[in-house]
Amino acid sequence: MDANFAQRRRRDLIMAFCLAVIAALVPLFVKDVYVQNIMVLTLMYAALSQSWNILSGYCGQISLGHALYFGLGAYTTALLFTKFGVLPWFGMLAGGAISALIAMALGYPCFRLRGHYFVIATIVIAEIALLLFQNWDWAGAALGIDIPVRGDSWLKFQFARSKLPYFYFALALACIAWFVTWWLEDSKWGYWWRAVKDNPDAAESLGVVVFNSKMGAAAVSAFLVAVGGSFYAQFVSYIDPESVMGFQFSLLMALPAVLGGIGTLWGPVLGAVILIPLTELTRSFVGGSGRGVDLIVYGTLIVAISLALPKGLVSVFSLFPWRKEAAR
Amino acid sequence: MTALPETPLLETRGVWQRFGGLVANSDVSISVGRGEIVGLIGPNGAGKSTLFNLIAGVLPPTQGSIIFDGEDVTNLPAAERCQRGVGRTFQVVKSFETMTVIDNVIVGALIRNTVMRLARKKAYEVLEFCGLAARANVLASDLVPSEKRRLEVARALATEPKLLLLDEVLTGLTPVEAQTGVELVRKVRAAGVTVLMVEHVMEIVMPLVDRAIVLNLGKVLVEGKPTEVVRNPEVISAYLGDRHAVGA
Repeated sequence: MDANFAQRRRRDLIMAFCLAVIAALVPLFVKDVYVQNIMVLTLMYAALSQSWNILSGYCGQISLGHALYFGLGAYTTALLFTKFGVLPWFGMLAGGAISALIAMALGYPCFRLRGHYFVIATIVIAEIALLLFQNWDWAGAALGIDIPVRGDSWLKFQFARSKLPYFYFALALACIAWFVTWWLEDSKWGYWWRAVKDNPDAAESLGVVVFNSKMGAAAVSAFLVAVGGSFYAQFVSYIDPESVMGFQFSLLMALPAVLGGIGTLWGPVLGAVILIPLTELTRSFVGGSGRGVDLIVYGTLIVAISLALPKGLVSVFSLFPWRKEAAR
Repeated sequence: MTALPETPLLETRGVWQRFGGLVANSDVSISVGRGEIVGLIGPNGAGKSTLFNLIAGVLPPTQGSIIFDGEDVTNLPAAERCQRGVGRTFQVVKSFETMTVIDNVIVGALIRNTVMRLARKKAYEVLEFCGLAARANVLASDLVPSEKRRLEVARALATEPKLLLLDEVLTGLTPVEAQTGVELVRKVRAAGVTVLMVEHVMEIVMPLVDRAIVLNLGKVLVEGKPTEVVRNPEVISAYLGDRHAVGA
């Protein structure tokens, strides 16, 4: 029994490694910049969704306000760089740390709420933050921040001519988020989180400090999402409140995980790989008439998946044998 | 300070619990000795579950104190009491439904084993002990009710408790299942765990326990050997009404 479990864990790791290698080789064959752009976004959302999944999937605290942490990461990096000349690499860590702290500060009152009340609180808080940033003159208010790009530089993490460095960074980020999840899944925290999700009272009776578990999950999740936000700021080199803290980011983090399989290791990756290219393509092909069509695609997909496969797309893959018992 | 072995493992001293105007427990003082199996019985609404929750640390008593293993634990939360050796099951089973049976038990085992491999090993041992090893990799939601009850016990045992609180684990089972349950409780005690059990079904619980405490209307009505308790007129009247007590 024990051997089976260890074997399954190892197989997940090997598969992730193989997929990462394959993904790393794709740009050798795909030179189209537009497609590369979609690949960068896909990997970024895979990473974000994976991070969201830690708090909302494993620990069961559904957040629809993660755009806040994404925006905080983006703003911290951009502000530190434009105002103080701090390199984005440090900005990422600073953004992550600030987000983790704010996640815990917000968690302190919010984790007393259960179920829908918690979800509503996360939405409201993110919206308040959005309004604050829209009116914060020092941070560019509604006009946002333009990050000056002066040629390619790994040091400043900006590349005008090629998408490839962004691609590899996004790939690394997705790998890190996946690996952190993989590692946490078979750790004390992983078990505690799932116990908290399933039944907080029972968890408490078994020595799990429910409140601390939620705080831990929130901090890890917010940290990783903020790093993603920092990356995004560098990638687009211009940010304003709506474009990094808008509600759509909260949704775009949640949807891949929900579609692929919430609270599963492979769900967010699978969901992102299907959802992000699909929405980008519908937006550009059907496009012109506006932002509505991709949302219709989301909606349809979510309805279809929740009707046919309530546990997410991973449940159809015997190829992903992680929790075979969970899939039946 | 380490407690002397002669002191009782658990003591409640003058415990009161009020919910608004309702007095669920009034001045309840009971003690449970080390290695005992004590039954907590009483008609519906007697305050058994409330007392249980007070001992497990779900909520603090309105008044009075709870002494566990020589220490005052009155104001400690449930998780902290688990750490000190109080394990419990729930009357309405609270399995972690999306997790496998073994994972359910690992959650309990983690409090004493920080290394995952050891926690997993411990969880398997506990499942063996409870006769659930064959179901280790099944989702908890796929278990039948009697297995879920046993999983509750297994999970609590994995925390290596000194005192195990069993909340109606034998209720609602078929006679055969109940008998298996009784044997499991005996095995638990033989392994050195003190047991305090709330139970409804008198004919099952009475031969099992060393001592019975009868609660009625939030107060301790009688306590003593099971054979004496069942003949006590006050107990009969509490359960069946005055007419029967007069007849006895």
